[in-house]
Amino acid sequence: MGYEPQKDFGTPASRSEKMVTLTIDGEQVTVPEGSSVMRAAAEMNTHIPKLCATDNMKSFGSCRMCLVEIEGARGTPASCTTPAAEGMVVRTQTPKIEKLRRGVMELYISDHPLDCLTCSANNDCELQDEAAAVGLRDVRYGYEGENHLELETDSSNPYFDFDPSKCIVCSRCVRACDEVQGTLALAIEGRGFESKVSAGTPMDDFMSSECVSCGACVQACPTATLQEKSVKEIGLPDKAVVTTCAYCGVGCTFRAEMRGEQLVRMVPWKDGKANRGHSCVKGRFAWGYANHQERILNPMVRESIDQPWREVSWEEALTHAASEIKRIQQKYGTRSVGGITSSRCTNEETFLVQKLIRAGFHNNNVDTCARVCHSPTGYGLKTTFGTSAGTQDFDSVEESDVILVCGANPTDAHPVFASRMKKRLREGAKLIVIDPRRIDLVRTPHVEADHHLPLQPGTNVAVLTSLAHVIVTEGLADEDFIRERCDWDEYQDWAAFVSDETHSPERLEAVTKVPAETLREAARLFATGGNGAIYYGLGVTEHSQGSSTVMAIANLAMVTGNIGRKGVGVNPLRGQNNVQGACDMGSFPHELPGYRHISDDETRKLFEDDWGVELDPEPGLRIPNMLDAATDGAFKAIYVQGEDILQSDPNTKHVAAGLEAMECVIVHDLFLNETANYAHIFLPGSTFLEKNGTFTNAERRIQLVRRVMEPMNGYEDWEVTQELARAMGLDWNYTHPSQIMDEIARLTPTFAGVSFDKIDELGSIQWPANDATPEGTPVMHEAGFVRGKGKFVVTDYVPTDEKTGPRFPLLLTTGRILSQYNVGAQTRRTENSRWHEEDILEMHPSDAENRGLKTGDWTKLASRSGETTLRLLVTDRVAPGVVYTTFHHPATQANVVTTDYSDWATNCPEYKVTAVQITPSNGPTDWQESYEDLAERSRRIAETVEAAE
Amino acid sequence: MNSLEHLVYMANQIARNFATMNDVDASAAVADHIASFWDPRMKQMIFDYLDDDGQELSPVAHSAIVQLQSKGAPPPQTRATEFNAVDEGGRSDAG
Repeated sequence: MGYEPQKDFGTPASRSEKMVTLTIDGEQVTVPEGSSVMRAAAEMNTHIPKLCATDNMKSFGSCRMCLVEIEGARGTPASCTTPAAEGMVVRTQTPKIEKLRRGVMELYISDHPLDCLTCSANNDCELQDEAAAVGLRDVRYGYEGENHLELETDSSNPYFDFDPSKCIVCSRCVRACDEVQGTLALAIEGRGFESKVSAGTPMDDFMSSECVSCGACVQACPTATLQEKSVKEIGLPDKAVVTTCAYCGVGCTFRAEMRGEQLVRMVPWKDGKANRGHSCVKGRFAWGYANHQERILNPMVRESIDQPWREVSWEEALTHAASEIKRIQQKYGTRSVGGITSSRCTNEETFLVQKLIRAGFHNNNVDTCARVCHSPTGYGLKTTFGTSAGTQDFDSVEESDVILVCGANPTDAHPVFASRMKKRLREGAKLIVIDPRRIDLVRTPHVEADHHLPLQPGTNVAVLTSLAHVIVTEGLADEDFIRERCDWDEYQDWAAFVSDETHSPERLEAVTKVPAETLREAARLFATGGNGAIYYGLGVTEHSQGSSTVMAIANLAMVTGNIGRKGVGVNPLRGQNNVQGACDMGSFPHELPGYRHISDDETRKLFEDDWGVELDPEPGLRIPNMLDAATDGAFKAIYVQGEDILQSDPNTKHVAAGLEAMECVIVHDLFLNETANYAHIFLPGSTFLEKNGTFTNAERRIQLVRRVMEPMNGYEDWEVTQELARAMGLDWNYTHPSQIMDEIARLTPTFAGVSFDKIDELGSIQWPANDATPEGTPVMHEAGFVRGKGKFVVTDYVPTDEKTGPRFPLLLTTGRILSQYNVGAQTRRTENSRWHEEDILEMHPSDAENRGLKTGDWTKLASRSGETTLRLLVTDRVAPGVVYTTFHHPATQANVVTTDYSDWATNCPEYKVTAVQITPSNGPTDWQESYEDLAERSRRIAETVEAAE
Repeated sequence: MNSLEHLVYMANQIARNFATMNDVDASAAVADHIASFWDPRMKQMIFDYLDDDGQELSPVAHSAIVQLQSKGAPPPQTRATEFNAVDEGGRSDAG
């Protein structure tokens, strides 16, 4: 489509089901009760001039531009703050109003630079548009009086400028920061003529303030006061394409606003049902990696990893890859090869990789990065509810009364959803946080947790069972719900288990470190506070009892009747953009797409008939099992698409040993990532901007990814996989990803009603989508659990085998920071690194004092697996005995210290509990130095021999 | 841990997490879990270890491996290992 800004209705839509009819300029219009007159006029395409109103925040009524006349009403009320009423008669354009509006506009323009032709917002400026709309032709006051035209621009933020000389003090930016983002970093400082927008204190600029660069203020600004630097540099866009963000599992949709084939800016799409027009610093601004100079655009091969890379043609690379896979299978057996699908790639690409492995490699050695994040969610929710996905849509949080956040840090890892959650909390919902660290949600502007349970890392199951103990023994269980919806006998067994005194908060306090009374109060609040919703993250799953913890969470939701309607539910916050989709698409080694076990003859036959090939009925290897088998000499080749296992997986030395033991490592990625240091074949990947397909977010919402520019490497990723399959001898002839989705729908009952056309028509669709639910399923288990009765599972607390002791007295836990994303391959190649240049170790003041350490010191972080060094931040966000760091930077290699311990059911690594010691350090460890040397040598590319196409 | 030690550890860890069941049920659940989620080589390694001496296996894990080796996979013991009917919506996985 050509460039057209999204329509702004001025004020938010009303959700009332009662309608009112009014007359505007002689025409009747019917709108939901509670709609403003401005909104009603916009619905009938009558534009009322405005400056301070915009439809994603409450009306403000300050600019006095939107005045109207209403029959029977005195004066000229502001249409943005006046509710539409039955029978109301409104006139939006009269001589009186014209005069008033022109007078107001005259005042605005008298203190505004008249540089429209050279202004970056020329033709995209509401002030300019409205000045024209009200017919302003002259400014009687002149421009010589006192004004703000000499104020200096604040360019401190890497992505946008703040030019106060162009500010009309409409407060839209301040209100966006308050209402939409919920950070409250901006304020209007001063009064009257002295009023001005201020980030933080008067001493601050945007960069030093609390601003989180979500972009809401830039989006809200009606002038060029807050303007993207990219617009200043490139110019205004000339077209826009709606697509889906490739960062976290929230799945924000954006308008990729283009000028030719150049991306000018990403603007959150107001119709996006996941983000409702909001964004974070990553999705909004951190897309510069797409054309970063370090992107590899030509295929490369080398005989051994100590050699430099040699650029070759696609044909040579793919033929070589296929012949190596065949050679290795002939020598070592069919099951000696495998692959890893990517949660960063589309559903269609993921589907093809697992199909290649099953139908082309003839085994089930396929796994995905969900192995190391949400695989316990699958086990836990299947066992209890019968489905491997979150139960709610994101809108559901608007009806929650008590929100329990367990092992998740939404403001950093899922910031756009966090903003919606904070909005609900500001409206009065209660908050319980279970986390060893004092995450931002515990206390942030206008939000404070009612209860923070700062548990000892590794004791999730004990805490959740203890919460259940209180609920059951104090008679707070929802027995009506349980009798109707759950297996009553199993409930009674479970209730007897949790009621045992050994699970009381008082008895477990010594283990969990959570004060018993705090835990009791939290349990009572969750059980009695109304709609209770649970949101959890990797602080739940990445433990030796990750699956048990997920089941304990499901137990808690069932015992309180918090399943099956809006406002409640169990909600895993997925890490990467397409974790849900990668799991749905059959990326696990024991199951086909749609979560059907590979040993199920009936299901296997369905795929065998469609694919025309016999499938191996035995489960394949999980990622850690692949690496074990590699070090044993039994697993010799791997195809890794869009995943950096060397940096992301635990016990880096073990991963490196596994990769080094293989004869053929094929990496398909944007960059020479850490895994590529051990690779023999490199296939260049394409970014989300360069491909068509779909992503599925944490709500089970399937959304289109639309190609906005040609792939710089020549091919979308699914095309590369298809060419590899052809080189392996498979007759694949897809010409568009929509054909792959049609195949998925044909073979997968929960996707039976999904097609590109359907998603395009609806905007998005949440699975299951089939004949029973043709428009998808926003909330699951409404009439009953998917698999009959809800199942209470006894979750006995089994302490981790990772123990502290004299050598390693502290517990390390890890997490993400807002500005960086996972292994940082994308965000480290953007200006986001200005906020987080290196991983930092957080330590409590008492532990730091005992070691003579202070903020900024280099420290050695050592565990039984390895050691690394990083700088220290002394903070009481962590409890004594606990340290915390992020894992975004390869120079730190935080996973050098994490261990091989993993979830008992799924082998999801226990990243969140590692016994460590911290000591002063002078600099990098031997491992870090030798690894840096290896990485440098490994990334050498031989003198370019022209890569023929 | 080498690969075999890791497998033995995994089998024992699974057994510990079924410890609230009686030993017979727990043994069947462990056998079912291993049958459903381990690849053939892993299963063969643990069978070979059992034949060798199997001393590091806990009693429940030991019994489970014996059962799996001699009688094959038991019927599903938990919902995590039940097949999903082909036409059922909202199916699931065990990661």
